Amino acid sequence: MGKTTTSSSISSGLALRGHKTAVIDFDIGLRNLDLIMNVERRVVYDFVNVINGESTLKQALIKDKRTENLFILPASQTRDKDALTVEGVERVLKELAELGFEYIICDSPAGIEHGAFMALYFADEAVVVANPEVSSVRDSDRILGILQSKSRKAELGERVIEHLLITRYNPERAAKGEMLGVKDVEEILATKLLGVIPECETVLKASNQGTPVIYDAESKAGKAYGDAVDRLLGKEVEHRFLDPEHRGLFSRLFRRGV
Amino acid sequence: MRSTSAPNTSAARPESFQLKGGLFPMTLLELKTVDLSVLAAELRARVTESPAFFQHTPVVLGFEQLKEDPDALNLIQLRDLCQQLGLIPTAIKGGSSEQEQQAYALGLAALPKGKAKGATTVETAPPPTRERRTSATQPEAATPTTGTTQVIDTPIRSGQQIYVPGDLIILSSVSAGAEILADGNIHVYGALRGRALAGLQGDETARVFCQSQEAELIAIAGHYLVDEDLRSQHWKAATQAYCVGGKLIIAPLS
Repeated sequence: MGKTTTSSSISSGLALRGHKTAVIDFDIGLRNLDLIMNVERRVVYDFVNVINGESTLKQALIKDKRTENLFILPASQTRDKDALTVEGVERVLKELAELGFEYIICDSPAGIEHGAFMALYFADEAVVVANPEVSSVRDSDRILGILQSKSRKAELGERVIEHLLITRYNPERAAKGEMLGVKDVEEILATKLLGVIPECETVLKASNQGTPVIYDAESKAGKAYGDAVDRLLGKEVEHRFLDPEHRGLFSRLFRRGV
Repeated sequence: MRSTSAPNTSAARPESFQLKGGLFPMTLLELKTVDLSVLAAELRARVTESPAFFQHTPVVLGFEQLKEDPDALNLIQLRDLCQQLGLIPTAIKGGSSEQEQQAYALGLAALPKGKAKGATTVETAPPPTRERRTSATQPEAATPTTGTTQVIDTPIRSGQQIYVPGDLIILSSVSAGAEILADGNIHVYGALRGRALAGLQGDETARVFCQSQEAELIAIAGHYLVDEDLRSQHWKAATQAYCVGGKLIIAPLS
């Protein structure tokens, strides 16, 4: 669906804009984030080790080689989700805040089980990733419901700030009615749109190369993630790549002129 | 025996019971004096204004706004007073530890101090017009619905279930896969895509109103319509659903 791709790009984007950022992989047992961030071979200690007190947080944090403000806390491949405890996760988040991290991105596993619950429980803001198809939108709706009823903010009677990110959007197919349109998804989920990431072959390439797609400033997906990060930081940026491209020679010349 | 009255959610694992968390609106009787004679007079006056609203209403006795020493309060007399007026004291809130012990002895629960989740400080006393029997065109309900109105201004998401022992007003949409239940009427000022069950206690005069009818199920007092029937009747239009002779009618608003 694009949760880990999004976590890697948003955390990189925040770090590139000068914010000290940590990204935590909550997908215990199926780690992916370290692969996408190309730090797989540098994992010594992981999130579960820190929770169990087998290593310090500083030992487990991996510094990203591309930006100096980004640190990765990888998941464990040899444990299961139950290794995460509310107290343990809270302690790690607190320690990260004490270390001066401005943004902590929690990469949630799929589903609505323990791992996802742990990832969302302490959230102040949440980016919900949906693909423009009915089943994915329904799942996102469910997650939004859990977010606003089971998170700590909800327990305190407050609300988690919601952001909707639509990934793998193909304007041509949406125009033909083969895919839900942005408006439909927005209307069904009744929440604020953070961005629309167009379906783009560069996403797959980037993830195979271990470079978050946001670094590919030429690609549409990279640009769209950049816009999303700017919006997350409170900037007003207009949405792009929502409509099918006109491929006529005339319109191409015209566009170049503009 | 398993009850089959309303379309039910998943079956419980133990056969005999099911434990569920529930949020129910409760009336908080926030005391401002320990002088029960003053309280009795004023409370009686309020209750006689709209007796149906207060009949068998569970109340929480709040002691947090007391300016005098709360220990001067006679809890037994207070309980008896409430019961005389038709209220059902259920718990105390913000009492001293002695009062909590006393409450336990009287079979009341003790709630901790502090603001309850989503609690409003607005007085919930209903205006006398709140009485349901004002409409002359409607027959008297078999089970008159009394209770508070709950207003929700956030979307009801897939998988959520909301129950209100009165009227339910939702200022947003109800997603597919969500379920809203009320003993009274249901108003949805958004799209109704999930399931809506009004008149849950058998009130056939209850209605369901919505801005855009895209429901999976609409039921009033057990009479229901499902997807196929709903799709053919004013789909995506502003509608109301009501019951005539045990049959559910979907009619456009305006």
